[in-house]
Amino acid sequence: MGTVEIRPAPHLHGERSVERIMRHVVWSLVPVCAFWVFQYGLSALASLAVVTASCLAAERWLVSTGTQSGRLGDFSAVITGLLLALTLPPGFPLWMGAVAGLVAISLGKGLFGGLGFNVFNPALVGRAFVQAAFPTAIATYTPSFLPGRFTGFVPSSLAWPLMAPSDGAGWLAGQKFDALSGATPLAQWKFEGVQAGAQELLLSLSGHMAVGPAPLLVLACGAYLALRRYLDWRIPVAVLGSAGAAAWMLHAFNPGHYPNPFFMLFSGGLVLGAVYMATDMATSPVTPRGMWLYGALIGLLTVVIRYYSGLPEGVMYAILIGNAATPLIERVTQPTPFGKGVLGRPRKGASYPLHPGYISREEAGAQTPRKRLFRNKPRRDERKPPRP
Amino acid sequence: MKLLNYFRGEAFQRGVHPPPAKGATAHRAIRRLPFPPRVAVPLSQHIGKPSRAIVRPGEEVVRGQPIAAGDDWLSVPHHAPVTGVVEAIDLRPSARGPWQPAIVIRSHPGATQEDLWGEPRDMEPVDGPGILAAVREAGLVGLGGAAFPTHAKLSVPESARVHTLVVNGCECEPYLTCDHRTMVEEADHLVLGIRYAMRATGAVRAIVGIEDNKPDALAAVEAAIARARVPEGVVHAEAVPTKYPQGSEKMLIMALFGAEIPSGALPISMGMVVNNVGTLAAMSALLPRGRGLTERVVTVAGPGIARPGDYRVPIGTPLSFVLDHAGAPDAAGLDCRQVILGGPMMGQSVASLDVPVTKGASGVLVFRHADMAERDRRRTYPCIKCGECVESCPMGLNPSALGMLAAKREYDLMGSSYHLGECFECGCCTYACPSNIPLVQQFRVAKQILRERAVA
Repeated sequence: MGTVEIRPAPHLHGERSVERIMRHVVWSLVPVCAFWVFQYGLSALASLAVVTASCLAAERWLVSTGTQSGRLGDFSAVITGLLLALTLPPGFPLWMGAVAGLVAISLGKGLFGGLGFNVFNPALVGRAFVQAAFPTAIATYTPSFLPGRFTGFVPSSLAWPLMAPSDGAGWLAGQKFDALSGATPLAQWKFEGVQAGAQELLLSLSGHMAVGPAPLLVLACGAYLALRRYLDWRIPVAVLGSAGAAAWMLHAFNPGHYPNPFFMLFSGGLVLGAVYMATDMATSPVTPRGMWLYGALIGLLTVVIRYYSGLPEGVMYAILIGNAATPLIERVTQPTPFGKGVLGRPRKGASYPLHPGYISREEAGAQTPRKRLFRNKPRRDERKPPRP
Repeated sequence: MKLLNYFRGEAFQRGVHPPPAKGATAHRAIRRLPFPPRVAVPLSQHIGKPSRAIVRPGEEVVRGQPIAAGDDWLSVPHHAPVTGVVEAIDLRPSARGPWQPAIVIRSHPGATQEDLWGEPRDMEPVDGPGILAAVREAGLVGLGGAAFPTHAKLSVPESARVHTLVVNGCECEPYLTCDHRTMVEEADHLVLGIRYAMRATGAVRAIVGIEDNKPDALAAVEAAIARARVPEGVVHAEAVPTKYPQGSEKMLIMALFGAEIPSGALPISMGMVVNNVGTLAAMSALLPRGRGLTERVVTVAGPGIARPGDYRVPIGTPLSFVLDHAGAPDAAGLDCRQVILGGPMMGQSVASLDVPVTKGASGVLVFRHADMAERDRRRTYPCIKCGECVESCPMGLNPSALGMLAAKREYDLMGSSYHLGECFECGCCTYACPSNIPLVQQFRVAKQILRERAVA
């Protein structure tokens, strides 16, 4: 007779694990990164590699010193690195990218205790740091689809550490095309009043625009993740919905001054932020109602920052503020337990009536209550319960 | 899928979909297990006060003879599962862990093991209280797993009225098929049992809820309803979505009637009584013959079983005997790592194979070393707040927050602000957790501590 083990129930476990979730997010980022490299060439590839490597190095170091939980194999640092690189300009000096990666993991994650304990999205912490530290470099965007992008680096990429990157104007002029300025569509709109068209924003295939990762591709990859349930679909829907609604209202109010909501949604990093940054599990609420609230807050803040602040881009700060608000949001949106909500009214479309006044199901169907506008408002006959 | 369900409006929100794993046993007829050489009938097989033994060591008993009496309201008599000699009344291992008093009977090698006790009687003229008395005499408890005395469940207090009998044929636990096979093979018994239960409770309709992964059971029950002498439209069989924990009575009522049972209340507050199909089928098999419950259908399955199936097992049969006959490799190769009494989501893993099959045991599952290796390899991470547990909790709790509070031992806060008392330990949160955090295990500890504090 062999020995048997005692374990507490449940004895089955779902297939989903942290590694699996993270691995899927990394896979879904592969097409986005590939297109990003196709757009910007060698510099973008080097930026992705350097930033991710520095994130992994920081993670490795912090895990080995025992300062933070998790481990290298859980892929979370890879996600942070890839996302951080995608938010930086492709010609961002590589040494600054490495600093961003180190800061992202050590200040954004390790400081709080590692995987699951971080309050702010680590990638955005890293980006916020370099935005403050290197404001010129981060505002210098390279146009996409330069002819020489696969044969050489953007000169600013290869700047020596602690040196100011060389001016890319001469190099751009040497690329033999009618050089646009290296400003993003948002900066162009904000400072020059030029609105980019839909085609340029969505795919950026036609012009030499300085745009981030293709929004359509990010949306498609996000849809894949949402269908496989590796991210919660409520958050991107809420972010994009509230940003779109706010932009649409302002646009309707003053079309000359405010851009159309389409421009609002697809310019800058809003789509990337909504799909990949705001949905970071550790920093977003766990409650379903909280997710709606959190997403709506981020969308609204994005529009406010973009329109009324000195910055062209507001997604990063909106998400960081949303992260900070998460504990509070969770607190006020705790789910209602079964049997504690509005009671006494059966759900519409149930198989049987609650009280067998009639027997046949056809007859029961005839008694299904009508659709009501305010479902939680008590009916007239229910407002005063009969006292026994 | 979840996305679709969100728009479609499911039977009850949330829950999980563990792999059903019922294929090995769902299409095999119920077989009878041989009588073991020795049975141990525990005196406490049910919720409530343990029964009192009314036989002495050395006494001869025949199969079906009462050997223990239930003195308390929540206590039931027990009957001898085999013809033989009472060897001893002493402590025996139980599924819950501690050794508990049991009546050990050595079966007669030469006995035919026919059921000789009990007088056949006509149940048709018997009224409700008579049926309740007969149910109590038969020692019936809920065969679904909780083992609540059936007579107590069927008796309606003065203040309440019951209009609906809900019959639970969901069997949402993976691997288990004993209710499924009972419905397929004994549907006529089931309908007769439904009539008895309706008469006992005064219900005017009965609805059998069957998960939609058992279409043959649904068809069998519908055919039996059509055959039976019940007025048109009084007894229904209804398919409910396959989902764990659909078999919880609150979830089943939600699926059928779309109504939530208020927190802290029983289904009887809404005029309903929920019974398991196995209980009702056993009721109609026992009552007209005047017999007691001496055997039950047990699913013997799991990857470690060579001949899985549903077996009719005498109460008190040791698990080692059951596993020998179902072909667990244990006998030869010692490859038996965990034996679970009940389903894999809520069942107990036993510490010893001398544990007997009791009235509430619906399954015996065997897992080998190889089956559990993958689970052992899984690492435990801190909570990454993915919200899977919140999406899966059928009671609408926030297991993520509860788990973090449990780690900090904030048990009072868990009870007061996070509705820990609503948790019925279905294990969905632990099943869904990607970080492999033992959530429901922590909640069990927390509930126990809160109960102790409440008493102290």
